Amino acid sequence: MNVTVEKKPRLTTSAMIASIAAEGQRVKAAPFGHALVELAKERPDLVGMSADLSKYTDLHIFAQAHPERFYQMGMAEQLLLAAAGGMAKTGLMPFATSYAVFATRRAYDFIHQVICEEDLNVKICAALPGLTTGYGPSHQATEDIAMMRGIPGLTIVDPCDALDIEQAVPAIAAHQGPVYMRLLRGNVPLVLDEYDYQFELGKAKRLRDGKDVLIIASGIMTMRALETSDALAKDQVEVAVLHVPTIKPLDETTILQEASKSGRLVIVAENHSVIGGLGEAVASLLLRSSVTPAFRQIALPDAFLDAGALPTLHDRYGISTSVMASKIKSWL
Amino acid sequence: MHTASNLNPLAEHAYHIRRYALQMGEIQGQGYIGQALGYADVLATAYCHAMQFKAADPDWQQRDRFLLSHGHYAIAHYAALIEAGIIPAEELETYGCDDSRLPMSGMAAYTPGMEISGGSLGQGLAIGVGIALGLRHQNNPAFVYNSMSDGELDEGATWEAAMSAAHYSLSNLICLVDINNQQADGHSSKILSFEPLADKWQAFGWHVQRVNGNDLAAVKQAFDTARHLEAAQPRVILCDTLMGKGVPFLEQRDKNHFIRVDAAEWQQAIAILDAAFNSGAQA
Ligand SMILES: Cc1ncc(C[n+]2csc(CCOP(=O)(O)OP(=O)(O)O)c2C)c(N)n1
Ligand SMILES: [Mg+2]
Repeated sequence: MNVTVEKKPRLTTSAMIASIAAEGQRVKAAPFGHALVELAKERPDLVGMSADLSKYTDLHIFAQAHPERFYQMGMAEQLLLAAAGGMAKTGLMPFATSYAVFATRRAYDFIHQVICEEDLNVKICAALPGLTTGYGPSHQATEDIAMMRGIPGLTIVDPCDALDIEQAVPAIAAHQGPVYMRLLRGNVPLVLDEYDYQFELGKAKRLRDGKDVLIIASGIMTMRALETSDALAKDQVEVAVLHVPTIKPLDETTILQEASKSGRLVIVAENHSVIGGLGEAVASLLLRSSVTPAFRQIALPDAFLDAGALPTLHDRYGISTSVMASKIKSWL
Repeated sequence: MHTASNLNPLAEHAYHIRRYALQMGEIQGQGYIGQALGYADVLATAYCHAMQFKAADPDWQQRDRFLLSHGHYAIAHYAALIEAGIIPAEELETYGCDDSRLPMSGMAAYTPGMEISGGSLGQGLAIGVGIALGLRHQNNPAFVYNSMSDGELDEGATWEAAMSAAHYSLSNLICLVDINNQQADGHSSKILSFEPLADKWQAFGWHVQRVNGNDLAAVKQAFDTARHLEAAQPRVILCDTLMGKGVPFLEQRDKNHFIRVDAAEWQQAIAILDAAFNSGAQA
């Protein structure tokens, strides 16, 4: 076979390595796993469960420390969540892990009926949220928050970085009732330690003030919002950043307070579909409250996303810092 | 690539499939190569012996359907599609690259010959039931081959579909299970025990064969039996395979969902494969 093909530059996909940390960024390894090991000291009711993804959700750290408190359920997400509900009915507090796509899409009715309808104390911790893998729609959880927001009584947490996760783990354990937490795994960026920040369940926190633009963000988009704010500062655009790690229940008071400050363009940035996530939650809150600043959404399109390298895809779908910065400038 | 006429032609096809898979693995420096090497003999038998298709017309109505339920085995499936002439060999250069037709996980819209998007595991057999029913409904004589991994035995949907296939006496449905005793968190037998597996499928109403999936003669025989069976029931071939098969240093490496392969080792593996094939061809 002597066919010569034109060689395109190869951009290898970050499909499975899926650390969202940029080159040279400060990181912390497996913050979720280590936080659970810490928590286990005070909470004898804590058990870990996974659907053949303990190694890929950092739960293996806990499983190694407490093998007798870890239950491998096999690659059976419906079983995982129904059994977690069953365990909770006996008084235990299961932390159940899988990827966000499988926990939500595959096991939705089990979360809805078994766990939430009875208000059971299950913590569902789901890795690869939004667009954090280039593996294609089967692994890209672009609508998990929309699905989970539809379930009454379910608390939803979308942490930004390693510090957020470390602090969120004991906080969601202290809350009696079901929680869905998006998980960052492996080498997780460390960002929020540079701010006067403490995770509080149900509270939004202003990380930075600015007079021109307010970005309301959750998850990794808070990190992007801070980077965008730095980038735009060079153009004399002042960008405030409000971090909203708890998507439900929403901290309406703080969001209304910030959005009411006149003259600022309000942008909601989320690592999620434009449909049914933080953006729409904030939009309806503002309208209901007759607070109507200029408003934009930075979010993933309502589409099945491509497979490919993460940096390519973040640019393509507008959630990279550079694309965010240029979009915001065009809106001013 | 070498050819030799005095060898079982399927062995030559399997060798080519392994070699293509290694070439793709080298391009990305990663990929499910242990699985691809282990499953190459089954794929060679499916594509180069058992299945009816037209390479130039992948949408031919009468084609047998091969469903890659375990979408992460795409690297293996692409190698087989290349060997079958459905994808040009020069395209393997693009494996896993942006805007390639060969993404890391198999998806129907991307690749000719890829019937389903299979990465969310445990869906293929249920889709297979639907396709088998649809074909039968329309008097289309084609067979459906649902290919799945042993991890997919954990999913409830697999067993719902197994029960349905027997209920509908789907004799046009053949299920292939790659039993490599490996899942994401460890050995399948440690994750969720599924033995005695042949008894389970039998109890669900299936015709069952269990073979060494790296013994080409046995695999070929099993495919023939499954296809020509008279009984009005679905058929399953349980294939016990060895991850890394054909490259001894990978066969022996610590088993893992991802077998570690260092940058220099891809070419070494190809060289070993070539040498083994050449000496086999001369013997
Ligand atoms: C429904 C679903 N749950 C979880 C996963 C994540 N996952 C990808 S491969 C894999 C292991 C499944 O076992 P198997 O396919 O036998 O693994 P292999 O032989 O390739 O190591 C898991 C859990 C998935 N892709 N789909
Ligand atoms: Mg397996």
